Amino acid sequence: MSLPPHSAQLLTSEGLDQLLRALRRGGYRAVGPTVREGVIAYEDIDCVEDLPRGWTDEQSGGHYRLRRRDDDALFGYAVGPHSWKQFLHPPRQRLWRTRGGGDAVQIEREPPDGPPLALIGVRACELKAVAIQDTVLLGGAYGDPHYRARRADTFILAVNCTVAGGTCFCVSMDCGPNVATGFDLALTELAAAGPPAFVLQSATPAGRKVLEEISHRPATESEIAAARARVQHSAQHMGRQMPAQNLPQLLLRNLEHPRWSEVADRCLACGNCTMVCPTCFCTSVEDSSDLRGQQTSRTRRWDSCFTIDFTYLHGGSVRQSTRARYRQWLTHKLATWHQQFGSSGCVGCGRCITWCPVGIDITEEVSAIRASDPG
Amino acid sequence: MHDRSDKPRLAVWKFASCDGCQLSLLDCEPELLALGEAIEIAYFPEAATRPIRGHYDLSLVEGSISTPRDAERIRAVRRRSAHLVTLGACATAGGIQALRNFADLREFMAAVYAHPAYIHTLATSSAIADHVPVDFELRGCPVNKRQLLEVISAFLAARRPAIPAHSVCLECKSRGLPCVLVAHARACLGPVTQAGCGAICPACHRGCYGCFGPQETPNTASLTRALAALGLERRELLRLYRSFNANAEAFRAESERHGE
Repeated sequence: MSLPPHSAQLLTSEGLDQLLRALRRGGYRAVGPTVREGVIAYEDIDCVEDLPRGWTDEQSGGHYRLRRRDDDALFGYAVGPHSWKQFLHPPRQRLWRTRGGGDAVQIEREPPDGPPLALIGVRACELKAVAIQDTVLLGGAYGDPHYRARRADTFILAVNCTVAGGTCFCVSMDCGPNVATGFDLALTELAAAGPPAFVLQSATPAGRKVLEEISHRPATESEIAAARARVQHSAQHMGRQMPAQNLPQLLLRNLEHPRWSEVADRCLACGNCTMVCPTCFCTSVEDSSDLRGQQTSRTRRWDSCFTIDFTYLHGGSVRQSTRARYRQWLTHKLATWHQQFGSSGCVGCGRCITWCPVGIDITEEVSAIRASDPG
Repeated sequence: MHDRSDKPRLAVWKFASCDGCQLSLLDCEPELLALGEAIEIAYFPEAATRPIRGHYDLSLVEGSISTPRDAERIRAVRRRSAHLVTLGACATAGGIQALRNFADLREFMAAVYAHPAYIHTLATSSAIADHVPVDFELRGCPVNKRQLLEVISAFLAARRPAIPAHSVCLECKSRGLPCVLVAHARACLGPVTQAGCGAICPACHRGCYGCFGPQETPNTASLTRALAALGLERRELLRLYRSFNANAEAFRAESERHGE
């Protein structure tokens, strides 16, 4: 993993503001963290003033609260309820429409989206999640053209985590807290009583190009050392730990473990974990027709392995019980994902723990199985 | 365009209800013209005065069965209807008037009417499906207009309506709404309630009231434990589950666990 290199630059809060404006001038739609309705959400942002200045969050199982910090940090919090899949792999995607009837049916392709995206404040776990969705949605012979078009033009401003959240465990999953690859520019926020300042590294020509339009100076050795120390500090303060060794073997030899029934007793089968998970990608396809039978459309929408319809085949649903559905989710995420896509499907962001209304904790469930593993 | 006589005949029937679901149909405004072209609205007392006798291709039924007369009438409606779709919480679960199912009806009548002897009513308010076979149940208090048009469009195209039975949470998350339960400790029935409204209440920073009834596999016991941990007391839990869908099986059973 790369911490800020010796060639890093120093960016002030004004410099960051210039950067956001330069991206917008360059035709990007900038989306990033902002405070909305008591959470840090990812929404359209214009300038540095839209960022959650002086905010942090308190997170545990089924619990999220915004808290004030005693400084003006712009990135002093962990990830919130949103993830970038909302923009890259949106909840609803119309695939095509038809008009007319009989022999006069015309198929209309869906036009491309609006302007290219600039994702602001992408964390290490999230970069890993985007890379995983790239593999899922673009790998193989039948890549998703809508996703491909969005990803091709996406600019990523990453942020190294200097604060670990209460449900974070990226270190266990080897996914953070410092960014490694897959970004154009990356920031590390320095501790300061005054205005925020950042050590900045660039990784791509697109990143270096936008730097030409904004003011910055080479970072000093002590600034770079301070930035590294802050990221290392967050690595040592993860809210959760996942016992991640040999997970596929552990889980697949415990498919009849009594813990699955125990967790099913608590699980609401509401699907929240899959909705907030930055790697969960499952969708269903819906066809609709109008009253006159002259227009139809096919739409892909987020779905979840926790719904009954999701595994509906001839004669009924494959996974009727909540036990079967929870087990499917967890074993896919942590075990069979390796076979299917060559990595774990979990990046340790902790969203599924925080946003589960009853606080089911994936690290706790795995620990319980490991603790009584006969294998 | 079809000749008038070729068009499928639609009837809209009212039982014990507030008319709100029928109004959802009238509220379709621009789509009403298209509906009128595609279908012959043969019986709709809310919108027309002249009933047409005979048989109907599609009957939309609003309201619950709460009188002996209605228990007979719904059988007649079923006999006249090739397809019967129930609209809303009353027709699908007995409605708010099913609160009577948890109380002594004679006490209610004595409290409300000067001469209760003239009242001919059943001891319970029940769903249409408790009396006759139903082809599709559309949930909601009231039903969602978009879902209602989807059911009618699906009927016209002889396809399955795309009406998911999963939780409201999927709608919240698809809209990017912050969870009012996790982020604000507000009592919310969303995780045990069927989607369809588009998450109206959470979008207004309120917990879900359960207007669309239980989702496909509701775990009310687990949600209740979480709500109790937020400080909800027995009586509050009872009221939460006992509203528009009080008589829906999962909500009824859960509310009875918190009864007096």
